[in-house]
Amino acid sequence: MADEKVALKHGAGGRAMRALIEDVFLKLASPVDGIGLSALDDGAALRVGDRWLVVTTDSHVVHPIFFPGGDIGRLAISGTVNDLAMMGATEPLALTCAVILEEGFPRRDLERLRDSMLATCREANAPIVTGDTKVMGKGEIDGVVLNTTGVALADRVVSDAGLRPGDRIIVTGSVGDHGMAVMMRRHQLGLEGDLRSDVAPLNGLVREVLRAGGEDVVAMKDPTRGGLASVLHEMAGKANVGILLQEPAVPVNPEVRAACEVLGIDPLVVANEGKAVIGVRPGAADRVMAALRSHPQGRRAALVGTALGERPGQVILDTGLGRRMLAEPDGEPLPRIC
Amino acid sequence: MCLGVPGKVLTISDDGLSAMVDFFGVTRELRLDIVDEPVAPGDYVLNHVGFAIRRIPPDEVQETLALFDQILSEAGSGDLMAEDVRGEIASGKERSRG
Amino acid sequence: MASAIEELKFRDPAKARALTEALAREVDALGRSPVSVMHVCGSHEQAIARFGLRASFPRSLDVIMGPGCPVCVTDTPEVDEAVALAAQGARVCTYGDMLRLPGTSKSLADAQADGGKVEVVYSVSQAAELARRRPAEQVVFFASGFETTAVATAALVLAGVPDNLSVLSSHKYVPAAMDVVSGMKETNIEGFIAAGHAATITGWGIFEPFARQTGTPVVVAGFEPLDVLAAIVELVRLIRLGRPEVVNCYPRCVSKEGNRPAQEKLWKVFQAVDGNWRGIARVPRGNLDLKPEWERVNARHRFAIDTAAVGGAERNLLADRCICGSIMSGLAKPDQCALFGKECRPETPVGACMVSSEGACKIWHVYGGHPNLQEVA
Repeated sequence: MADEKVALKHGAGGRAMRALIEDVFLKLASPVDGIGLSALDDGAALRVGDRWLVVTTDSHVVHPIFFPGGDIGRLAISGTVNDLAMMGATEPLALTCAVILEEGFPRRDLERLRDSMLATCREANAPIVTGDTKVMGKGEIDGVVLNTTGVALADRVVSDAGLRPGDRIIVTGSVGDHGMAVMMRRHQLGLEGDLRSDVAPLNGLVREVLRAGGEDVVAMKDPTRGGLASVLHEMAGKANVGILLQEPAVPVNPEVRAACEVLGIDPLVVANEGKAVIGVRPGAADRVMAALRSHPQGRRAALVGTALGERPGQVILDTGLGRRMLAEPDGEPLPRIC
Repeated sequence: MCLGVPGKVLTISDDGLSAMVDFFGVTRELRLDIVDEPVAPGDYVLNHVGFAIRRIPPDEVQETLALFDQILSEAGSGDLMAEDVRGEIASGKERSRG
Repeated sequence: MASAIEELKFRDPAKARALTEALAREVDALGRSPVSVMHVCGSHEQAIARFGLRASFPRSLDVIMGPGCPVCVTDTPEVDEAVALAAQGARVCTYGDMLRLPGTSKSLADAQADGGKVEVVYSVSQAAELARRRPAEQVVFFASGFETTAVATAALVLAGVPDNLSVLSSHKYVPAAMDVVSGMKETNIEGFIAAGHAATITGWGIFEPFARQTGTPVVVAGFEPLDVLAAIVELVRLIRLGRPEVVNCYPRCVSKEGNRPAQEKLWKVFQAVDGNWRGIARVPRGNLDLKPEWERVNARHRFAIDTAAVGGAERNLLADRCICGSIMSGLAKPDQCALFGKECRPETPVGACMVSSEGACKIWHVYGGHPNLQEVA
């Protein structure tokens, strides 16, 4: 039964958003030579000659726009570079950047965001080649909205649907960092702590992963809204496998764990903006882990799970003291996290 | 709401009515109206809805682990009388085997 | 960091394995099936469900959640009072979980959507601060929660509250509900796990008469997974040995006498009166009301609360199929409800147990729907 009006939950990255997309937007899909809208992957991949043109787009509405560890500018660049990388396209050809500003937005903040975007583009070796600028009246939009589109060429596309029973699952570092950092900054929770977003471009890291693992890297996705739990559910559902996740193996920073413990939030459902979840054939696990661990962004990479033949589409959590199902999150609990 | 999470007292307010408490790296202010003993910086306290309800004694980890070990060793065994009886039966069996 | 190390020690998988093996030995030695024990605290169910502990329990052991969710057992007339006060123009402060608990026809969230002033607070002292900041308004603190939380309300009242603040007490007293449940033949509870933080305040001595009279042993348990496991092992042992005693398995927080200064404050401000708990009906001495001498801060005295004015919505047909009452009494489990996870989800709750973070249904939903995952190798 469709909702009459769009609610916040429809942007949360979870079940409601997927339903909205499937009910409303999927009709826009038409057949393409490659991976198109109907795949609902991180991006699209279109055959061009003997290569793939990978395209992705993202709008960014994070609030507050400046948060510990980053800002909306860094987020906009990283988010799109990472979506390309998750499809296997680690050398971005170009990025676009469309900006919608609220009347009264401070020029100084705008320049600060520009500097942040420039630095991130350099890190990722991704040029911004075109953009757009709009201004809306005071109160008609909140501060600033950024949209970035990225294009890249790739020889091989990695989807998020390639898992087979027995495949191993790797996470490239600690989880929950971005969401908890933004939440702490946003709310008057009576808590203080040093939490920083992990927002960063990952294409360099993924390049090393693909170099080490090649065709044995069979699934990749970055855990943004809904966190690691969402990604695992999506990978399990699309590949029709079960996943067994070893909770004690998942890296979580002490400050994130503390804030989550105090607030009663599960770090497994909290957003990241600088991590990837990678599915690999069992024979490749060791060399992919070695490649990750020798890269500055992958020092805390960990083997956290295994794909199963049983319970297709579901995720089982081994807590170390027992077992339960891991629920598919209804999307990100906090609005405007990215 | 029932989250009774233990934290470490960092500072006490000048009027002694509240404390800044560290919960594994995140800090929160707690009221001291109902805690059972006077608290000082360095003490561990249990929080409930913004009030400290208990000063946790420093040796509590050891005490609790000792309790777990005691429970483990007693599990499956009877009380002293039953153990006496089992001992009797066992020695009786040995005697009859002898 | 010492506390981080402590946390790890109370979640150590090796120790957990040893305790679950010990539990299996105890249940074996008991030699009958099923064995049912009950806990009365949402936080215990959270620990059990979150860590998947039931997957490690012997099949013949049933650890049941009883009426341990203070929001869930808050009755509809009490919610109606809070909603009515919001409709009458007061600023109603409430703990977050209470926001969406349905009254006869409206929740406080509905009252807020209708333009009422409803604020979520995480501590009663926040309500007092709010009242100080808005001296022209009447601010009402909708005081929900069991005895541990009631102590906080009592402390605040004794410390002095601004004139424009009053308390609408919906506090409840769990030991009274244990009396009711142990009298229910259908559940056949052989032992109880008492809530560790309530016992921090009340002490464990209060359970001795209960254990003697009912013949059921009681253990007091903390909230780390090893705390819960160790306490259950001890409880089954007491059941096997036929010893209706009280054993304190949470000595780091609980003593026999409890927190005397806190108790004094509690009973200076509150008295235990008979009340109706949602789902399990009459609980003698189960509600905590403000004593007559605190009339001036009692919202029920300050205002003429008109609950008749609240309401008129059409009957919720789904509510007829809700089995929260049975779940709260320990007669049914969340996944036995036809609505669980389908029509009844956290964002569209039908019954109280799905509304609160301490409700059995909400907890089971959050932790995957099947925390009793025993068949996975």
